[in-house]
Amino acid sequence: MEDCLAKKMEITVSEAEKRTGRNAMNMQETYTAYLIETRAIESQGEGQCAPMDSLWRRYSEFELLRNYLSVTYPHIVVPPLPEKRADFVWHKLSADNMDPDFVERRRIGLENFLLRVASHPVLCQDKIFYSFLTQEGGWKEMVNETGFQLKADSRLKALNATFRVKNPDKRFTELKHYSDELQSVISHLLRVRARVADRLYGVYKVHGNYGRVFSEWSAIEKEMGDGLQSAGHHMDVYAASIDDILEEEEHYADQLKEYLFYAEALRAVCRKHELMQYDLEMAAQDLTSKKQQCEELATGTVRTFSLKGMTSKLFGQETPEQREAKIKVLEEQIQEGEEQLKSKNLEGRDFVKSAWADIERFKEQKNHDLKEALISYAVMQISMCKKGIQVWTNAKECFSKM
Amino acid sequence: DTSLAEVNSFSPSVPISPSSMINHYKFEDEPELRDLFITVDDPESHITAIETFITYRVVTKTSRSEFDSSEYEVRRRYQDFLWLKSKLEEAHPTLIIPPLPEKFIMKGMVERFNDEFIETRRKALHKFLNRIADHPTLTFNEDFKIFLTAQAWELSSHKKQGPGLLSRMGQTVRAVASSVRGAVKNRPEMFTEMNDYVETFSQKINILDKIAHRIYKEEKEYCNEMKEYGPIHTLWSASEEDIADSLKGVASCIDKCCKATEKRMAGLSENLLPILHEYVLYSEILMGVLKRRDQIQGELDSRIDALANKKTEKDLFSEEIGKLEDKVECANNALKADWDRWKQNMQYDMRSTFTNVAENNLHYYEE
Repeated sequence: MEDCLAKKMEITVSEAEKRTGRNAMNMQETYTAYLIETRAIESQGEGQCAPMDSLWRRYSEFELLRNYLSVTYPHIVVPPLPEKRADFVWHKLSADNMDPDFVERRRIGLENFLLRVASHPVLCQDKIFYSFLTQEGGWKEMVNETGFQLKADSRLKALNATFRVKNPDKRFTELKHYSDELQSVISHLLRVRARVADRLYGVYKVHGNYGRVFSEWSAIEKEMGDGLQSAGHHMDVYAASIDDILEEEEHYADQLKEYLFYAEALRAVCRKHELMQYDLEMAAQDLTSKKQQCEELATGTVRTFSLKGMTSKLFGQETPEQREAKIKVLEEQIQEGEEQLKSKNLEGRDFVKSAWADIERFKEQKNHDLKEALISYAVMQISMCKKGIQVWTNAKECFSKM
Repeated sequence: DTSLAEVNSFSPSVPISPSSMINHYKFEDEPELRDLFITVDDPESHITAIETFITYRVVTKTSRSEFDSSEYEVRRRYQDFLWLKSKLEEAHPTLIIPPLPEKFIMKGMVERFNDEFIETRRKALHKFLNRIADHPTLTFNEDFKIFLTAQAWELSSHKKQGPGLLSRMGQTVRAVASSVRGAVKNRPEMFTEMNDYVETFSQKINILDKIAHRIYKEEKEYCNEMKEYGPIHTLWSASEEDIADSLKGVASCIDKCCKATEKRMAGLSENLLPILHEYVLYSEILMGVLKRRDQIQGELDSRIDALANKKTEKDLFSEEIGKLEDKVECANNALKADWDRWKQNMQYDMRSTFTNVAENNLHYYEE
């Protein structure tokens, strides 16, 4: 990460605001806008801060940026955006996009996205990305002017290639399987985690009922009264503690979600490779058949059955001039084809090389991040248990005084 | 009037003196001074042409001189326990007789006697007999002794003696009559306070019982989800290299959490739930005891009223009234003493069971 943008510039998504405006169909809509603040980092750091620039962007603009990057750098595993809609929610979390907790978590996710792009050695140098951060007006037009949408591969084409490609690089095939497995295991994990959170919430909250009943019961008791009352208080504390615990866990879930979406980005790179490989194979096939045709015309032998052959048999041979002309055209085409094949081959090899380099970088990042996430999850659990120990120690004391 | 006679023959039925209060204490807190040890175990099912039922083995060990032997082993069925309880209630209408487990459980079980039900019932029956043994008055009850020592045929022939169905019906009629009469006019303040207390206590204990069951249920569901949660991490570790160990570590920790939860649940079901349930039943019993006391007083009051209206036959009445007054006083005293004893027990039980819950939770979190 030698000279990436993240080192030169501080980037934060500091605020989120509800806005109303008119959409493309001139209908009123509500959306959330996010404030991006940037500030150049002075290498001297004399206590003088450069001025902070800021501009507002909405989620759809982030999407546009990401689409642009994926098309322009198909060999790069492009960082994913946080989810569009709230998924894997357990019952207390709202699935509403306008819910303040969701908006807050999305704000953090968007900031994370920008930081990831800014720390990527290749992506951070992109001018469109830079203008996204710094140029408020006219950015959309600038992106569209790059004409990146034309470069995008059609989904259908990609699907076709996936099925028909004969000789993809084995590493990419393995990677494809890995990313499928990763996607399925993480989404399963997130789903069950949401259910576990639900149940844990239930256990804690029902204990809160103890608090109320103990307090009412203590009113009619003489000696037991004090003990009951204070124990009840601790039960309330216990029940309330689950809210913070689960909020922290949501953060862990978001970290896993990022890699769930990263799996999709991995798949995209694999698809691109398959597409290029398929293209290459088709071009090679085309060239071979042209060469064959040429040979047949030159030697006059018909090796394979062809409609041309039949018609010429039925309606008589062509004149030697006609044949010469045809051969000439074919030879030109063959030459073109060979050059194209050469460059396609080169392209393909370059792609594989640079893609694989980025994939290695990604693997390291993923292992590091996931390990940290697991560790922080364990730390969260330990802190939850410590809180539990404290509450029940207090409660035990109260009970023994009853 | 059999109940009065029996109250008098079992003295001291009114242990108000300080020294006998000390005896109370010793019974509960120092089991070495106990001289009667009872266990209920070994449920066995019996199939006859008419019915299927379960008998339990009741083993008694004692050093008391009233008992002919120092060890007894008999088999009893639930009906026998019911009989014992009703005899005790007859003999001591204003003493707090411990609760018996219910006849049926409402949850609509397919099999009338599954293992869990039998075990819960066995534990409750064991508790029932031990509570009677610990009670300063009830422990010397003759029917109790017969229950513990008689062979099956001896018990059935003894059961057939004594006030039968008609007398019990008479009691019921009197109970209904007095409740129709409404609240007793001259009820001493102390018993009104008790009544209020029991009403509130009953409410609260029922809610606590529900809460505890709910917690148990939630913990069970939590455990089930965790059982699925752990293996996913193991599955994931199969696709990874670098982080495989971390993932496997998480998976094994989740399994441990699961086991710790199961321990916690077991603690609840062995300790807290049965005690809360017992006190739910106790609150009903207390209501019954207070009603019976009111009845007895009601009899006295109605006689006094009758006397006020009929100046003649004064002597006859006054003797009767005298007897009734004694009866009321005995009943009141018995109840008061027993009440204090019950409250102390309850306090002790609640304290120890909730402390136990707290400890279990501590162990859970420590693990």
